[in-house]
Amino acid sequence: MNFAKNRTVSTVPAAKTGLPVWMMGLVADRLRADANRLLAFLFNQGILDEQFLQLQQLRDESSPNFVSEVVNIHFHESEKLLRNLRSLLMDREFSGYNKMGIHLNQFMGSSSSIGAKRIRNACFAFRAASEQNSRAGCLRALELLEHDYCFLKNKLHELFQIQQQRVLAAGARYPMQN
Amino acid sequence: MASNGGVTWRRTEEVHVLAVDDSLVDRKVIERLLRISSCKVTAVDSGIRALQFLGLDEEKNSNALNDLKVDLIITDYCMPEMTGYELLKKVKESSAFREIPVVIMSSENVLARIDRCLEEGAEDFIVKPVKLSDVKRIKDYMTREGETERSRKGINKRKLRDSFDDLSSSPPSILSSSPISSSSSSSSSSSPSPSPTSVQSASAPSSPSPLDSPTRRLKMTNKLRIEQKEKKLI
Repeated sequence: MNFAKNRTVSTVPAAKTGLPVWMMGLVADRLRADANRLLAFLFNQGILDEQFLQLQQLRDESSPNFVSEVVNIHFHESEKLLRNLRSLLMDREFSGYNKMGIHLNQFMGSSSSIGAKRIRNACFAFRAASEQNSRAGCLRALELLEHDYCFLKNKLHELFQIQQQRVLAAGARYPMQN
Repeated sequence: MASNGGVTWRRTEEVHVLAVDDSLVDRKVIERLLRISSCKVTAVDSGIRALQFLGLDEEKNSNALNDLKVDLIITDYCMPEMTGYELLKKVKESSAFREIPVVIMSSENVLARIDRCLEEGAEDFIVKPVKLSDVKRIKDYMTREGETERSRKGINKRKLRDSFDDLSSSPPSILSSSPISSSSSSSSSSSPSPSPTSVQSASAPSSPSPLDSPTRRLKMTNKLRIEQKEKKLI
């Protein structure tokens, strides 16, 4: 699927641009199409699951940024957990898999809560490797986890950017609603 | 307003839920799910803080931090220091708070764990991630209509029921359609121990069928109790 990774959506024009409404309508339509295409891609690739959709349903006027707030908390925690996992594995006096298990469970839990299906599955694979006491297997699993995490982070930031621009576009188009 | 076992069911006021979870992400999500469902929420990050909030902590200080009555406690199972199970026990042991329904959440669908919690008096067990439909269901525990619904249809445990579907080919309606007088107590069970009591929990029998599950039997006896109570009220 050739969805446009490199195309950046142009800065949404302010209300006083003099642009006719139909053109701003095009911008809004294109943003919506971009968001839908990105979401469809993430679902088709098994990166997100329906829990993410459930979270989207929890947004409203009072909390329009609910999803991005929760996801950013998750990302913040994830980065700490990934760093801890890496330092535990790379430790010359490797202390065993218990501590890793605790971090992994945390990571798995919060990934599942935001619908990050692929990350959660990567955590299962990591756990399996640790249950087999395979340090090499764990290292491989960790690399996969780090890769999947980076990918998800980039895609979701892209999605949130589009969503923010849609909000701005709606505001610019219908200034009364502000 | 109707009374049931000494607890008054309020229909006009907003219900107040105490949510307990050590994960910040999960706290945010459960908070939002509850608020969207018109509940007042207090979210804390540990069992100890939950007990402090209720006024049940070790200082024997009955001066609780809250002014609002708690209508339901929803807690994660796996937490450091004090698990959700331990919190459940402490709540059920206290005379002041044992009537508050407690719901357990867990990311793992372990039958033995579910059994243990239900036996200790948990109202329900939700497998994470928690959805709006789960919150709607537990909200029913705090309303009179919900009580009637439950006794009529039988208790609906989402993932529990799904896992039964996987294990046996019985249709999902088995939980609602089987009559009270079914032979659930004299079970020709597949579990190795010949224990007749309905409350004993089998630790992960090889392939339990829905009727033989201890949870099923426990809930059947609860259902029977509720129906008997209702008859007396009429």
